[in-house]
Amino acid sequence: MSQSDARIVIVGAGHAGGSAAAFLRQYGWKGPITLVGEEPIAPYQRPPLSKAWLKGEADAASLALRPDSFYPSSDIALRLATSAVGIDREARAVALSSGETLAYDHLILALGSRARKLSLPGLSLAGVLELRTVAEADQLKAALGPGKRLAVIGGGYIGLEAAASARALGAEAVVIERESRVLARVACPELSAFFQDYHRAKGVEIVVGAAIEALEGVDGHVTGVRLSDGRLIGCDAVLVGVGAAANEELARDAGLACNGGIVVDLAARTADPLIHAIGDCTHRPLPLYESMGRLESVPNALEQAKQAAADLCGRAPPTPEVPWFWSDQYDLRLQIAGLPLGAAETVLRGDPAAAQFAIFHLDADERLLAVEAINATPEFMGGRIMIGKRKKIPGKKLRDMSLSMRDLAA
Amino acid sequence: MSNMPKVTYIEYNDTAHEVEVPLGLSVMRGAIDNNVPGIDADCGGECACATCHVYIEPEWQDKIGVPEPGSQEASMLSFAAVTQPNSRLSCQLQMREDLDGLVVRMPEGQH
Ligand SMILES: Cc1cc2nc3c(=O)[nH]c(=O)nc-3n(C[C@H](O)[C@H](O)[C@H](O)COP(=O)(O)OP(=O)(O)OC[C@H]3O[C@@H](n4cnc5c(N)ncnc54)[C@H](O)[C@@H]3O)c2cc1C
Ligand code: FES
Repeated sequence: MSQSDARIVIVGAGHAGGSAAAFLRQYGWKGPITLVGEEPIAPYQRPPLSKAWLKGEADAASLALRPDSFYPSSDIALRLATSAVGIDREARAVALSSGETLAYDHLILALGSRARKLSLPGLSLAGVLELRTVAEADQLKAALGPGKRLAVIGGGYIGLEAAASARALGAEAVVIERESRVLARVACPELSAFFQDYHRAKGVEIVVGAAIEALEGVDGHVTGVRLSDGRLIGCDAVLVGVGAAANEELARDAGLACNGGIVVDLAARTADPLIHAIGDCTHRPLPLYESMGRLESVPNALEQAKQAAADLCGRAPPTPEVPWFWSDQYDLRLQIAGLPLGAAETVLRGDPAAAQFAIFHLDADERLLAVEAINATPEFMGGRIMIGKRKKIPGKKLRDMSLSMRDLAA
Repeated sequence: MSNMPKVTYIEYNDTAHEVEVPLGLSVMRGAIDNNVPGIDADCGGECACATCHVYIEPEWQDKIGVPEPGSQEASMLSFAAVTQPNSRLSCQLQMREDLDGLVVRMPEGQH
């Protein structure tokens, strides 16, 4: 079979799946490409859903990953509002919710992740929302505005961004976190403290160490969050933002190894040579950290989309990237590079009181592992370079503002 | 359609792509919308990623200018591996009538 006949089916039309289709065409793939997606609209970017889109500052065209005309003009068949319900690896076919089957020569799984569910009384009340899709973002937006109060369950990035956007829309916001600090799983304590203070100064109430007993409502609509200490936090809407879980079931049911994500190598290959997996749904090698893990970020989705496309097109693999992420809240830009896996020392550079600083994480040998930068692009960019080089650098140099990041990173 | 301004993007391997970019759209978005290789735009134009780095052809330099000193763009660019005096982040360049015919090149490693 020549490549020009080989059929690629991509399941999941999100950031990773849509990008893989685009990269395959950039890299010269000639065969048919079909992109199957559960959502009714073509691939779009999720980061604005909790930021510009929620605040009403972005339009549909800017949200779209590519314009609608891109798919026909690139000969990519889009099957929207359609989900894959099973993979028959022997027959090399995907069963669709429509009852059809789609034969493939290569399959790319780009299934993404979904909002984690809580088990609580009252979750089915109207006004209890999640934030993963544009449809959910629009529901949330409709619930916000002057005189409204949003309760966010979970102090992660998405929850904090939503709280900041709610404030921008004139609504009140309260963030309810089970751990003793917001961003407990994803940021260091100093950064958590900084964000808590900043949100409080912007009028957001932050409740930490809170156990939730139930969501309460009147006439089927949520009116409050009851804590186990008896307190009732009144609200008009609840956003449940307690993390995401990989959509791995389709792969697991087909006998592919999963470990909180579909297990892949650095070419995004699963153990089946005909199946790649990319994006939020994967459990992937983290070569800089000699480890494996799941990353939930756009840069990761793009890196793995390139890995898969390059592998299928017989191209050299893309240069490995340092994992990175950004988040915007109010006038704060947070940029994170690397992962603090095995960190032994944290170093502060800059001034948190001026909302311009970075926190570096070093291992016991003074190797830079990660940097969290607030309104500190040089620290982020310089840190990212040093992490990629696995550079060792003494904490006292990083702390010294008289040394420029450019010189330190050189 | 015919009076829509055009931009030519030249890949590192010299492949040129001439595409129409509507007024007001960014030079980055013009590349993305036409699947021009070499501009990934991870951050979607938020000036957070530097994966939309281009070099402005010399004859366009005056019209385009340099990033504002101290801006986020200037700061990102001062660390991009292959920055030159004519480097810009294409998500920060809005298409204007007088930019019709603009030519930009993509740096090595960005493909
Ligand atoms: C509100 C929000 C804000 C974010 N902000 C940032 C940010 O600032 N920076 C950043 O880097 N990242 C951010 N992220 C994370 C980023 O959006 C994700 O990492 C990225 O979307 C992952 O892309 P993906 O294609 O793997 O998954 P997704 O974009 O989730 O796409 C997966 C798609 O597959 C579909 N699907 C699943 N199962 C099936 C099936 N069986 N059949 C058919 N289709 C299926 C889903 O419906 C979905 O459309 C944010 C995410 C959210 C939700
Ligand atoms: S698109 Fe990310 S900096 Fe331009």
